[in-house]
Amino acid sequence: MHATSDLWSQIFVFVLATFIGLGVIRRVSRLLYTPLMSLTNAISAIAVVGAILVAGPDYPVEIRFLGAVAVFASMTNIVSGFLITERMLKMFKREQKPGEGNRP
Amino acid sequence: MTYSLVQLTYVVATALFVFALHWMNAPATARRGVYAGVIGMALAVAATWARPEVVHHLWMVVAVILAFAVGIPLSRVPLTAVPQRTALSHAFGGLAAGLVGTAKFYLWYGEGSAELTAFRTTAIILEVLLGFLTFTGSLMAAGKLQEVKWIPQRPVTYPGQNVTNIGLMVVAAGLGVAIVLHPAAAWAPVAFGGIVAMSLAFGVLLIIPIGGADMPTVIAILNSYAGLAAVAMGFVLDNKLLITAGALDGSSGLILAIIMCKAMNRSFTNVMFGAFGQVQQAAAGGEAREYKAETVEGASQVLEQANLVVIIPGYGMAVAQAQHKVRELYDQLKKRGVTVKFAIHPVAGRMPGHMNVLLAEADIPYTDLVEMDEINSDMPQADVALVVGANDVVNPAARSDKGSPIYGMPIIDADRARTVFAIKRSKNPGFAGIDNELYFSDRTWMLFGDAKNVIGELVKQMSGGSGMH
Repeated sequence: MHATSDLWSQIFVFVLATFIGLGVIRRVSRLLYTPLMSLTNAISAIAVVGAILVAGPDYPVEIRFLGAVAVFASMTNIVSGFLITERMLKMFKREQKPGEGNRP
Repeated sequence: MTYSLVQLTYVVATALFVFALHWMNAPATARRGVYAGVIGMALAVAATWARPEVVHHLWMVVAVILAFAVGIPLSRVPLTAVPQRTALSHAFGGLAAGLVGTAKFYLWYGEGSAELTAFRTTAIILEVLLGFLTFTGSLMAAGKLQEVKWIPQRPVTYPGQNVTNIGLMVVAAGLGVAIVLHPAAAWAPVAFGGIVAMSLAFGVLLIIPIGGADMPTVIAILNSYAGLAAVAMGFVLDNKLLITAGALDGSSGLILAIIMCKAMNRSFTNVMFGAFGQVQQAAAGGEAREYKAETVEGASQVLEQANLVVIIPGYGMAVAQAQHKVRELYDQLKKRGVTVKFAIHPVAGRMPGHMNVLLAEADIPYTDLVEMDEINSDMPQADVALVVGANDVVNPAARSDKGSPIYGMPIIDADRARTVFAIKRSKNPGFAGIDNELYFSDRTWMLFGDAKNVIGELVKQMSGGSGMH
């Protein structure tokens, strides 16, 4: 394994992903910043992948225990993050049928 | 599952996450974004769990069941409590990163020093630092937002505070460098434990000097830290999915924090170390001036005859649970052909975008929610500006009074409307502890009382008037 080339490809990925993030987030509707935060919460709970890779393999018990707690913490964010984002977004409605607001 | 298949799934998951955020650019497509995120996450979890090295399942199954048991109630909190929930979830995110970093360090230490390369060790230390700092910092922020009794709302400062914080950081960085240079040393596990302890302490110390009014910015910054902790985890585990998803989260938090800072005309450093919002005794102790009060009857007549009414809501509206009454007022005015718009300041509420969600819950169409920058040009045409539970965001001192702590902050120009009605519970200054010039303007009439009652009375006046035979 070439540790140094790994390092550089990781840094490349990080820098490019940050630019994509900045570009995409800049276009997010200002109305939706609160749901955006709960959605990114849920997405950053991708830490669950790391947690599984610590909790699952044949490692010493203490290590797997730390991993299992991390699985719990990130999985909680996934569940509550996606559910509350969906719940909030459902509330955003356009104006009702035209005419309903104005009396002739 | 083979290596290539796992990596392919990770690539698909990454793409889905980018789409999820992309679809948040309009309310019409936003829910699609959630589904893309859910699918991406499900794929990533399934592919990881199916990796050949994952052989122990029981604890993880228990953890997942517990996560559903905790996560579902957390997703049903009232919308006024969403900022606390968000802070709490940053805490969980930080905790997960910190624990994985800690586990990896002790695992590799036990397996011999060959695993602890300088790069990996640096990444682990960054992950643990950011993770645990975010954990305790977010718990403090959640406590302040929830107004837990033993966590002070006002900033806590003491002499030498910044020196203490910087000193602690230098010691932690020194220990970190020592571990990177000698990862196999007998003292390394102890030193690592020291870094964990200091990170936990640092999170608390960082948040206590920050006042309640700055929490929207702080939440955004902590959001960014939680993302960066996931990126560091990606470096540790050589996992590019973690790096990309963490970077997306990190840049999101960064942009929101910048927007919040701009909306308050403050710098990052000023928010983090400025101890803003301490009661300014000298400034507040000025001359006592007279408010002009208006009756509900008078106000409702003016409102009915208006062409354009701009409602400026603040967090006080949500505290008084007045948003549903506001909706009834909106309906009454619309029925009379009055144009009603809501002027939303970027820091209205307690987290970015909070006010929009609170109004959307009251069934107010998002097409009538207007950002500060867009509404300000219309303010001189507004017949009535109705201020409900907002204070600092309509204070003209921000434009004119160089001595005011909020000088330079962009505000909604309520004072340029022909008539201003301000609903206020008492004569006390607002969240940031500053007196408001607007209330003494000759165009302003105060409606004293609880926001929910006052608006309810207005609605009653109007519906009574139109229902007469």
